[in-house]
Amino acid sequence: MSLELLGISVLWIFLFGYLIVGSIDFGAGFFSLYSDWTGQKHILHKMIQRYLSPVWEVTNVFLVFFFVGIVGFFPKTAYYFGSALLVPASISIILLAIRGSYYAFGTYGSKENKVYSFIYGITGVLIPASLTTVLTISEGGFLAIDKSGVHLKLKELLTSPYSWSVVLVSLVSVLFISAAFLTYYARQAEDNKAEQLVRRYTLGWSIPSVAAGVLVFYALRSHNPEHFARMADVSWMFVASLVFFIAAITLFYKQRAYGVAFFAVVMQYFTAFLAYGISHYPYLLYPVLTIYDGFTNKTMAIYLVVAFIAGLLLLIPALYLLLKLFLFNRKYVKGME
Amino acid sequence: MQYDAVLYSRILTEMTLAFHILFATIGVGVPVFIALAQWMGLKHNDPHYLLLARRWTRGFTITVAVGVVTGTAIGLQLSLLWPSFMEQAGQLIALPLFMETFAFFFEAIFLGIYLYTWDRFKNPKTHLLLLIPVVIGSSLSAFFITAVNAFMNTPQGFEIVNGTIMNIEPLKAMFNPAVPTKVGHVLVSAYMTSAFILAALAAYHLLRGRQHVYYKKALRITLIPALVFSIATALVGDLSGKFLAEYQPEKLAAAEWHFETEGEAPLLLFGKLDEEQNVSGAIKIPFALSILAGNLPSTEVIGLNEFPADERPPLYVHYLFDVMVTLGMLLIVIALIYAVLSKWKPKKMYNKWLLRAVVLSAPMSLIAIEIGWIFAEVGRQPWILRGYLKTAEAATASPHVGTMLVAFGALYVLLGVGAVIVLRNMFKNNRAEDELAARGDSYVA
Ligand code: HDD
Ligand code: HEM
Ligand code: HEM
Repeated sequence: MSLELLGISVLWIFLFGYLIVGSIDFGAGFFSLYSDWTGQKHILHKMIQRYLSPVWEVTNVFLVFFFVGIVGFFPKTAYYFGSALLVPASISIILLAIRGSYYAFGTYGSKENKVYSFIYGITGVLIPASLTTVLTISEGGFLAIDKSGVHLKLKELLTSPYSWSVVLVSLVSVLFISAAFLTYYARQAEDNKAEQLVRRYTLGWSIPSVAAGVLVFYALRSHNPEHFARMADVSWMFVASLVFFIAAITLFYKQRAYGVAFFAVVMQYFTAFLAYGISHYPYLLYPVLTIYDGFTNKTMAIYLVVAFIAGLLLLIPALYLLLKLFLFNRKYVKGME
Repeated sequence: MQYDAVLYSRILTEMTLAFHILFATIGVGVPVFIALAQWMGLKHNDPHYLLLARRWTRGFTITVAVGVVTGTAIGLQLSLLWPSFMEQAGQLIALPLFMETFAFFFEAIFLGIYLYTWDRFKNPKTHLLLLIPVVIGSSLSAFFITAVNAFMNTPQGFEIVNGTIMNIEPLKAMFNPAVPTKVGHVLVSAYMTSAFILAALAAYHLLRGRQHVYYKKALRITLIPALVFSIATALVGDLSGKFLAEYQPEKLAAAEWHFETEGEAPLLLFGKLDEEQNVSGAIKIPFALSILAGNLPSTEVIGLNEFPADERPPLYVHYLFDVMVTLGMLLIVIALIYAVLSKWKPKKMYNKWLLRAVVLSAPMSLIAIEIGWIFAEVGRQPWILRGYLKTAEAATASPHVGTMLVAFGALYVLLGVGAVIVLRNMFKNNRAEDELAARGDSYVA
């Protein structure tokens, strides 16, 4: 495996990690707000708090890790994306900042506060929408590159069917992934009422998540035919994704083996996202930047890989400890501690 | 005002860093004191220290949250506002930046565990142990990010051949000559600042007439370390001066309005400068600059006139340097008076004037941090990467920086005000005395 490929694979894995843990977090915020609107807050709120409280900072680090890593391995991305994304990325940062801090303010600080939970819920859907513009832009066609620098063609972005289909798929996926996780978590907590509620959300958002995915395909076909054709080459992976989806939904429907069911959801996204990544290869930014011409020097790459491996050796046991103490600890999950 | 992307990018960078650094400093320093209090509490089986640790931790969760989100902001802004800088420097300095995220990761995981596992372990010492990775993680992240900043001051570990960067040595770039003094000064000043902030909280309550021994213990456990760390800060600051004299003489010369290269150079405090480089009204300490630069009165100190006019930093940094040093000295004095009184005149140890001074020590040390950074960063100008890349050449060309400046300004107001309100409510309605009584403590003041 070349260093370039190794680098992008590592980053891709962290991005996928963020996709999952971030989705759980963002969706949970929205469900918490929604349950408040529908008068069902008492059912959900506590359980969501118990999951989110210990891990929100860790979720955020996944994102930091990704963007520091991509600039480290592929410094040219800082030039292209950095120049072009000032406005959309700043919006994401501001939303993330408000969300993170007001979450902490609400959880640790004051008792119950409508403003906090509103901000928390609504940013949960706005952030994924704004973050996914990065993926949209990477398809090419939204940047004007000339001597003076790189500029975003905002009007094209806002009027492109492709860009909106990506926003849609991100929103629906966030809600689906999150609901699926919470269903599993509610059963761990033996909280039957909450389980029934989030299970309904899961089933409700399941078909839309696949429908939105199909929509993206169609939009991409006209926006970037080259990428679309490459996707068709790995279509078996999308079929695999669909199989995982069907397995997950069957289990949720039959109320069986939620752990396996959630794992199937993760695999559904893993295969689809992997297929997307593979077909995107070797481009970081269609058609001007590939992982080969954007790569850092070889020496630095080797050091980064070594640092990464050393870091993982430290992190994996620590993450395991976190999961063991909170996620897989029946007493804690049930709220007895 | 005419739109100027470079200027606005600078202002936005400054604003974000200036806001972040307050919370980052607390993030580095406060876990050390939480650990100290918890350790004392467990060792002496003293509920007061244990409650101290708990209450500090609660406040800490709020400052951490703001530190995390503003840190995320600055991390992204570096690429958004300085794309060319990150593109080039990224090839050289990615290693410490990348390792910093591991340090955060490590810290975040254990902090999350620590916060939610009070009373969960059979042996309470296990809970205390969880703070060790938190302290290591936050101090390491300060180390790595400061190494990046040090690199901007003394870049090394590469060659430029025909305009391209060659022969890169990441470790040499990371361990550049500015690292020892910079990291040392940043770390000890963070511990010192945190100590004064926590001491100020206790002193404030004592001033308001609360007499519980809880507050007196809090004062002791923070002010004695504050004395140690403030002296250490001054000592490492002195070493930083020697570092500057050798590696960044223009920064030291600008800080001291020292124009001609000469030995037996005096140190000037404050004063006024006219067009002809004449200084009036300054307090003059003979030989002190030569001693700061090289320990001997005869040390020759390079003057600013040795540098081309367009490579000299702005001269107002003189005042920044003076204010930082003055504050540093005053803070040592405050902690010293407390220590002396507590040893020889314990009756006078809680007198109003000392307590007032201790309350003031919190803003004083935070101001010293801010001013110290502005001095260090403005003193590097016009360079962003000293000797290689000028700040003006590295900024984004985007026409929207002005709008973003306003948006982020509003964000920081929101975060700052929110944090203050939440912290106040958190402790106002929940006094330590009541909490102790609820836990069965029988001390009566
Ligand atoms: C509580 C904060 C505080 C206090 C009391 C002091 N400093 Fe400081 N100083 C800092 C906080 C700081 C800082 C914020 O941490 C800086 C900014 C950049 C850096 O490396 O450290 C700094 C920078 C800095 C520099 C520039 C280093 C560089 O650019 O590489 C020098 C020469 C000094 N300091 C010297 C001193 C001296 C002689 C002090 C005497 C008491 C002193 N400082 C007190
Ligand atoms: C955390 C503490 C820091 C603070 C408070 C700080 C503060 C500042 C200030 C006040 C300036 C403005 C100089 C001017 O007005 O001309 C500046 C410049 C700059 N600093 Fe730092 N700095 C810090 C650390 C760093 C680090 C670690 C980096 C890099 C990784 C960095 C990157 C920059 C850049 C890119 C500039 C150029 C923009 C400008 O000139 O304003 N800073 N910083
Ligand atoms: C340009 C300079 C800087 C950048 C890019 C930066 C980046 C970051 C990022 C991304 C985070 C959030 C990490 C997370 O999500 O958990 C963060 C938080 C933090 N930063 Fe900064 N930082 C800078 C300056 C500094 C400096 C100079 C220090 C130390 C003196 C520092 C210390 C911290 C600490 C300790 C935290 C953890 C939050 C807390 O415990 O309060 N940062 N920083």
